[in-house]
Amino acid sequence: MLEINGVAASNGIALANAYCLVEPELSFEKYEITNIEAELDRLKSAISRTKLELEEIRDSAMLKFGEERAAIFSAHLLILEDPEIISALEAKINEKVNAEFALDEIASMYAQLFESMENEYMKERAADIRDVSKRLLAHLLQIELPDYSRISSEVIIVAEDLTPSITAQLDKQYVKGFVTDIGGKTSHSAILARAMEIPAIVGTKTATKTISHGSPMIIDGLNGKVVVHPTEEIHESYRLLERKQREENELLKKYIELPSMSADGHSVEIAGNIGKPEDVDAVLKNGGEGIGLFRTEFLYMDRDELPSEEEQFNAYKTVLTKMAGRPTVVRTLDIGGDKELPYLKLPAEMNPFLGYRAIRLCLEQTEIFRTQLRALLRASVYGNLKIMFPMIATLDEFRAAKALLLEEKHKLADEEIAVSEQIEIGMMVEIPSAAVIADLFAQEADFLSIGTNDLIQYTLAADRMNERVSYLYQPYHPAVLRLIKMVIDAAHNNGKWVGMCGEMAGDEIAVPILLGLGLDEFSMSSSSILKTRGLLSKLSKEKLAEQVKQILLLKTSSEVEQYVKEVLN
Amino acid sequence: MERSFKITASEGIHARPATLLVSSATPYKADVQLTYNNKSVNLKSIMGVMAQGIPAGAIVTISAEGPDEAELLNKVEEVMVTQGLGEKC
Repeated sequence: MLEINGVAASNGIALANAYCLVEPELSFEKYEITNIEAELDRLKSAISRTKLELEEIRDSAMLKFGEERAAIFSAHLLILEDPEIISALEAKINEKVNAEFALDEIASMYAQLFESMENEYMKERAADIRDVSKRLLAHLLQIELPDYSRISSEVIIVAEDLTPSITAQLDKQYVKGFVTDIGGKTSHSAILARAMEIPAIVGTKTATKTISHGSPMIIDGLNGKVVVHPTEEIHESYRLLERKQREENELLKKYIELPSMSADGHSVEIAGNIGKPEDVDAVLKNGGEGIGLFRTEFLYMDRDELPSEEEQFNAYKTVLTKMAGRPTVVRTLDIGGDKELPYLKLPAEMNPFLGYRAIRLCLEQTEIFRTQLRALLRASVYGNLKIMFPMIATLDEFRAAKALLLEEKHKLADEEIAVSEQIEIGMMVEIPSAAVIADLFAQEADFLSIGTNDLIQYTLAADRMNERVSYLYQPYHPAVLRLIKMVIDAAHNNGKWVGMCGEMAGDEIAVPILLGLGLDEFSMSSSSILKTRGLLSKLSKEKLAEQVKQILLLKTSSEVEQYVKEVLN
Repeated sequence: MERSFKITASEGIHARPATLLVSSATPYKADVQLTYNNKSVNLKSIMGVMAQGIPAGAIVTISAEGPDEAELLNKVEEVMVTQGLGEKC
């Protein structure tokens, strides 16, 4: 038995035999040709055969994965027939070299051009050029590339990396998971595995060297673990676990269409947290009733400059349009702390979590903030937008942020640009000072959203990234629960609604407590939505409201946990 | 004959927009150039168009010359606008 660890890129468990993808050797010699016309014909005929093959792959990808995924092959076809590339190839062949050599020279030149670009996205386009040129080279050499669509038994794919054209040929019925040597959570194969809803471990470094074709293996997508030649005992335990997960997922599916309602008929909203516009699909697929947190930082990260108003407008518009009128809470930029933007050139700080971040930065660098607010306001007409400010510590900050928002709104009105009149303006409660005076905030904010990840670490003064004090990260600490109660009561006393958008909102011990405390909106990662809705449907809100009074008198986090477990049973 | 556009696609002219633009121009006979930042490329060349790295907000000029230049520019404009890639300016 052999264990390999890698990056957990897509959740789930798979048990099947290894299918090692080995690409055929496409080697050739450079030689001088005598008949230029004949060589040009040979190139032309290879291009037309490659074209037919790509069209076939595109059509089959269209059937298997839909238009979005097939689009990459429309791009490949255009690369293949790119007039600039073809005339460069012809010019090279006119220098009396063979077509293979000409192709290698020209394709490498273009691939290097893209690789040298600063933009990450453009760098990746080099892979498309190499992919197309490999296919054309195989046709020139008359070597057949393996047809992976012929896989007809259950397998786990083991490869160095997966190219777009390989993955588009894989049939979900038989391909149970991926293991790759390279790549991270956002690499092509990781994204594809999540779209196919199969487990994947990437970045194992050694998988292709240590796993042989046909070996029985297990992949555990939650823990990033690969087990090759498992013992019978381990195999059996994973088989049971896999079956249990599959059955649970089946059972949860019935909650997709059902409203989020407690056993005694009280409705709440279960929403999803997103980081990118495309994450909306997963929220809707899991029956999310809204978005409780759109972290807008992603728009600013992995790039060299601030995103323009237009770019942001398009991103917000996409999200709001897809959500089709469902409540969508967007949090304004929360950068600083552990999330850096190199191009802002912020000085390093001793205590980044207590430093210059989020609203503190936005209220000083108001141009950055105003651009985002304008983009949000302009997008507001496309859906049900609610805006909240992060890291509010004082009433002055909230007022200042709101004033900037209203200023931009008036400016847009002067420019005769439409803005929704229904936008709610709220704030995150994640600093203890804000929780303690939530009654004052609730008079001025339209809603409050409790950010538990930060609220817990600030309340217990424990950095959640520091393993040595991680025991202090206690969501059920009586102080945390009492603060949450203060916030919920303060909002309700002022006729406002209150949500929660930290990990805690989907935690099975916390959910009964939060329901009993009267929380209105639970926002969590999409994958937790159905489980939480299932749990809620079994709980009585009125009974919990009584039990919560007891819970708030308990003395420690573990007493709380124990009590809730007993109540649930 | 030429027309200018302001790019509004949130990611700029990346693979999908480039594919749409190049596909819209390819069927026509006229020669067509895309100019951005004083650099011109063949609009029928996807590599050339992508290599320009055109970001959102950029102003590009598309000039065509040939028997069907007007039809070509109309088609390009239609694709720009209906696919949300850019607006005429």
